Amino acid sequence: MLSLIRTVWLVLLHMFHRRVTIQYPEHKAPLPPRWRGRIILSRDPDGGERCVACYLCAIACPVDCIALQATQDEHGRRYPEWFRINFSRCIFCGFCEEACPTYAIQLTPDFEMSEYHRENLVYEKEDLLISGQGKYHGYNFYRVAGLAIGGKDKGQGEEDRPPVDLRTLLP
Amino acid sequence: MHSVGISLLIVFVVLACILGVASGLIWLERRLLALWQDRYGPNRVGPFGLLQVLADIIKILMKEDWIPPFADKPVFVIAPAITVITTLLSFSVIVFAPGITVVDLGIGVLLFLAMSSLGVYSLVLAGWSSDNKYSLLGGLRAAAQMLSYELFVGLSLMGVVMLAGSFRIADIVEAQRGLWFCGPQFVGFVIFFIAGLAETHRLPLDLPEADNELVAGYHSEYSGMKFGLFFLGEYIGITLISAMIATFFFGGWLGPVLPGLLWFIIKTFFFICLFIALRAALPRPRYDQLMSVSWKWILPLALLNLLVTGAILVSRTT
Repeated sequence: MLSLIRTVWLVLLHMFHRRVTIQYPEHKAPLPPRWRGRIILSRDPDGGERCVACYLCAIACPVDCIALQATQDEHGRRYPEWFRINFSRCIFCGFCEEACPTYAIQLTPDFEMSEYHRENLVYEKEDLLISGQGKYHGYNFYRVAGLAIGGKDKGQGEEDRPPVDLRTLLP
Repeated sequence: MHSVGISLLIVFVVLACILGVASGLIWLERRLLALWQDRYGPNRVGPFGLLQVLADIIKILMKEDWIPPFADKPVFVIAPAITVITTLLSFSVIVFAPGITVVDLGIGVLLFLAMSSLGVYSLVLAGWSSDNKYSLLGGLRAAAQMLSYELFVGLSLMGVVMLAGSFRIADIVEAQRGLWFCGPQFVGFVIFFIAGLAETHRLPLDLPEADNELVAGYHSEYSGMKFGLFFLGEYIGITLISAMIATFFFGGWLGPVLPGLLWFIIKTFFFICLFIALRAALPRPRYDQLMSVSWKWILPLALLNLLVTGAILVSRTT
């Protein structure tokens, strides 16, 4: 009986406690930098697209919400002709980010993407592509990959040694 | 003719006030529960979220009024109305302030007891006509719980009636002019409070509904405004029991400085808040605990209270 009264008393004392609710539209909770929110496509430090249209994100996606079409420019550099993410299907699992070999696709701490019409949740490439590098700075896939594309031959990348000449015996 | 007009005015004002208070209680309860759980509750619609009630009412009125095909239709429709009608009828005998009452019955207390006994039909019939095992279990529990606690409502009030020497509610309030009955009848007050909790099947003793074991008990199958009526009946019941506690044990309209009506409202409001605080604080007992406490503890205590009160009264008069 006394414990019941004590319980009621302790509950009444909560009148003077601070409320834990965050009044959302006026106050926003700080999101951690690795929050898995809206997906973006980032650019490399030189301003080129990081995406090499390898389709790994589309394959990793468990709900098949990513669609893209690969194409090449005149230098043999691959990029997506179009890139489409259907956010009405996306479950923000982050598998696409983990699968991406070039840090191109990234999840950002932003979740305010409500729409009145479902079609507006399908984001095209121009909606996804940002002008910066996103979370991972200073990384340029074509600079470190040993691939020859226009303007960069084999052995000219960062930390690259000149290629071995197969036609000579000298070391 | 003049007095008829006054009575009609009182009837409609009381009716409007009670329905308004009962719907306002939904907002009050949500805000108070939130306050005691460190939340905010509804605070978006209108000032302090007061218009939330209006939004809820509009929503529940627009809902489909669905009757399950397996239900016993006439009984299913009548059941929710009974609880509202009986609790509203009980309000007719409450004396809000000197002269402000719907009907000044010589047997006001008995009418209140009779109406709260009839209220149990609502739950039992609702549980029965729903043809659903959870509803039926809820109805059974409601029958047992409300019948046994009905007894203690009556027994705990008898001490008050003995002290006042009248069944008229106005007389009972007047008899408390020197000392409120919560002093000499403290045991009666506690028993009446617990029994009132069980009568209105409010949260610590809401076994007929018991969301986590019986879905929603007797009103599992109800939707739309029929469910709304059960809800309304529950809140009118809280107001009724709070008003009755204020009347029988805390001197009704009696109080210094402020006008009587205001005192009555303040006291009633206090007990409504206490009801909500109990909901916020206490867990629900098991069903057998509820029944054994009622018959093994509260019944002997109520009888003892009655006996001692009677003995003291007799010794004083002789």
